[in-house]
Amino acid sequence: MSLTFPFSAIVGQDDMKMAIMLTAIDPSIGGVLVLGDRGTGKSTAVRALAALLPKMRAVIACPYGCDPDNAKCPNCVAHATAGRKTESSKKTSHWVSVPVVDLPLGATEDRVVGALDLERALSQGIKAFEPGLLARANRGYLYIDEVNLLEDHLVDLLIDVAASGENVVEREGLSVRHPARFVLIGSGNPEEGELRPQLLDRFGLSVEVKTPDLLAQRVEVVKRRDAFEQSPQAFTEHWKKEDDRVRRSIVAAKKRLPDVAIPDEAREFAAQLCMSLGTDGLRGDLTLVRAARAEAALQGARKVERAHLIRVAPSALRHRLRRNPLDDSGSSTRVERALAELTAPKPDAFNS
Amino acid sequence: MQGDAATIAALFAVDPVGLGGVAVRAPACDNRDQWLALLKSLLPAQTPLRRVPLNINDTALLGGLDLGATLQAGKPMALQGLLSQADGGVLVLAMAERMSLSSAARFGHVLDTGVVALQRDGLDTSAKAKLGLVALDEGASDDEQMPAGLADRLAFRLLMGAQDAGEEGPEWTAQEVLSARQRLPRVTMDDEAVQALCAAALALGIDSLRASVFAVRVARAAAALAGSDTVEEEHTGVAARLVLAPRASRLPPAPEPENETPDSPEDTEQQPEQSTSEPQEAQQQNESNADDEPSDTKDEAPSLPENLADLVLAAAQAAIPDGLLASLKIGKLQRAKTPTSGSAGALQKNALRGRPVGARKGEPRAGQRINVLETLRAAAPWQRLRQRQIAPTDGQKPRIVVRKEDFHVTRFRQSGQTTTVFVVDASGSSALNRLAEAKGAVELLLADCYVRRDSVAVLAFRGQSAELILPPTRSLARAKRSLAGLPGGGGTPLAHAIDASMLLADQLRKKGETPIVVLLTDGKGNIARDGRPGRAQAATDALAAATEMRLRGFSTLLVDTSPQAQDAAKHLANAMGAHYLALPYAGANALNQAVREVAGRS
Repeated sequence: MSLTFPFSAIVGQDDMKMAIMLTAIDPSIGGVLVLGDRGTGKSTAVRALAALLPKMRAVIACPYGCDPDNAKCPNCVAHATAGRKTESSKKTSHWVSVPVVDLPLGATEDRVVGALDLERALSQGIKAFEPGLLARANRGYLYIDEVNLLEDHLVDLLIDVAASGENVVEREGLSVRHPARFVLIGSGNPEEGELRPQLLDRFGLSVEVKTPDLLAQRVEVVKRRDAFEQSPQAFTEHWKKEDDRVRRSIVAAKKRLPDVAIPDEAREFAAQLCMSLGTDGLRGDLTLVRAARAEAALQGARKVERAHLIRVAPSALRHRLRRNPLDDSGSSTRVERALAELTAPKPDAFNS
Repeated sequence: MQGDAATIAALFAVDPVGLGGVAVRAPACDNRDQWLALLKSLLPAQTPLRRVPLNINDTALLGGLDLGATLQAGKPMALQGLLSQADGGVLVLAMAERMSLSSAARFGHVLDTGVVALQRDGLDTSAKAKLGLVALDEGASDDEQMPAGLADRLAFRLLMGAQDAGEEGPEWTAQEVLSARQRLPRVTMDDEAVQALCAAALALGIDSLRASVFAVRVARAAAALAGSDTVEEEHTGVAARLVLAPRASRLPPAPEPENETPDSPEDTEQQPEQSTSEPQEAQQQNESNADDEPSDTKDEAPSLPENLADLVLAAAQAAIPDGLLASLKIGKLQRAKTPTSGSAGALQKNALRGRPVGARKGEPRAGQRINVLETLRAAAPWQRLRQRQIAPTDGQKPRIVVRKEDFHVTRFRQSGQTTTVFVVDASGSSALNRLAEAKGAVELLLADCYVRRDSVAVLAFRGQSAELILPPTRSLARAKRSLAGLPGGGGTPLAHAIDASMLLADQLRKKGETPIVVLLTDGKGNIARDGRPGRAQAATDALAAATEMRLRGFSTLLVDTSPQAQDAAKHLANAMGAHYLALPYAGANALNQAVREVAGRS
């Protein structure tokens, strides 16, 4: 595999980087949707993510990469019952990198959900299940570039699996269900097509990326890109320290996360914000609070403060607003407006 | 232009992978063929140069399961796709202007990563595919553009006409290209040059950062081609002219201090002759006014006082042809238009065509297509058993035993998409009355269309003709934008409008979509079909057009926008067989309701 552009070498795009780091800290936030102009480094950032993630423990030879403490997939369950009898060796798990699985355009359904293993069926006449991309993405990330161009029947599949965390395969006489919990990451250019509202809802955070319009930033982008292409090795080496630092901060935040308190005031503020924006359902509130907690952990805070909520609110709520065709302003401005209204009139409401 | 064409071919041959490719916008003509031949001669021998037909399927493009070989070998055999076959070479895309967005995304992905990731037909592989593209864009009008996402990933745009005289430009040989390739990794570029190119891109209103990246690479390639180890001024100039100029979306703020207006678009568009004629002079002027005009952050002018930045800009500006910006504005509006692949024939009533949505058990009869792969899949697990059952008759067992119950046929789903065509009367009489309300109503309908995943198109008519201001799209934002900018005033060419909407509806129907025409007018046409004013003739023509509309059997809705319900509009609605709705007493919600009813009826 060729070297990928280092995450920390991406110029600007702080919102996108923050969102990606937050989901790495707390995967339960849900996925990240990155929408933006052409040539803004959307896919570069996501592809760089893999190098940032700390390793995780997984059951050896489990096609779904099960957590040894919580192995629930059919393979592991079968092994566990068989293993008791034969007293297998203690070393059953190993450290692996968190999978970041690319769902390429043109992928067929059988490869996404998994299907009959054609090779074994043809050569040995054995009916065996060959896990697909959803299995491989379990406990990791599933990345879909140009998510708005994804075929409708694949979208349907993803919506279902992303909600239930389980992939149920009923085809060709196979009947398999296996865990498929993954963080969905999508990127795309909104000009090329809209996203189904149901799929939008599966993304915890959404960020809009824009081309930087400051000359200095643009020059820096071009220079780094150029330097990377001239000698990828040296460039990644140069940024390795910085990437390591980011990784350490993610690991530290992950450790700190359970201890971050969420005061009732913070929950109230989040609820108020969601109400004033009229977001559908409670997923908005939940995601907002979770993201704020991850942000607090990242900042090293003990409890969730209003600043954390404000920082993540646009990403957490932007894509959950009802479309109002008569309101010309973008969703981000609406969130910001609501924030300003909430914070401005009674500044003591929260602090009291 | 010929000189540039040769330069582009040579530069592209030096670094096909790094530069992404060339978008050649030209009719199929000798010039284009000559250019392709030139490119071929410049590329080192044995460079793969493959042609990709427009409607290539995923298996041929990306790769897939080679059924023949699979059956022979008794184990899955992969078929190499065109993309990986062309690794290290160049792919020529035919008719890029009709390429679908999803194909464009596939190519874009390969250009970005240099790898074809294959997750198809039970195969899970990835193959190297570092390649350059030549996209042949034969678009004749501004409506036909190659997908912008792909164009953005190609460094060069090359415009050629069939009649362009073959004015001789500089010539390069394959030998020179070869030595330039060897030199390329050694070419160094100073920060000032990078900065200058970025500043020029910013000043020309080029958003995508890929343009700047390409400009840097082109400058390097130009230096390598010229046999220089460092990028000099002339090389950055070449990069600006070939990469940045064709992408310009605005002209840079003119350097003249007497340019007092804070750049209104009309003003800047008239600047090119002045500011481009003498790069030297412009540079000097800019130097002088750099002092009395401190860099303003709001104005995105290059705040660098460097001479190089100005030179680069001047080089780019000089290459911007007249009228380019006007055409760009149109192009911008239509860039996200979804091109469709091929023209479908009749209405797609039966489920024999459309998008394949998996397979189901069943025999291939009545035109249903057998799904070979699924059939084999179904048969595969049983082979051992069945082989045993079959007694070898002539000493040879069949390799695969397929039985009737294994057959699978492909299921297709009709697109079943509804496209609502809004025909908005923007003439003087309507504008006075209720153009704003009509716009509001359309926006409400748009929200509904969004929920139902419908496409919308907007036709506006005023003055002499009807104009498609928004081609069918699903993008609500663009529909809103195009409506907001809709001017009012002028005559009412009602017959024209009906004709135009009929044409569009016909096209949509041929694509297998269901068109609904919503006509918002007061029914008082005053421009006849021949374009002459006259109420009586206009009314006759409009009625004739309306009758034809009814005969074709489109679902239509006529919204009367006059202050009081008028007979004219009612007559028209009757002739058209349209649902009639008087807006004065109906709120926007009632209108919304009405469209739903029409949609439900069809």
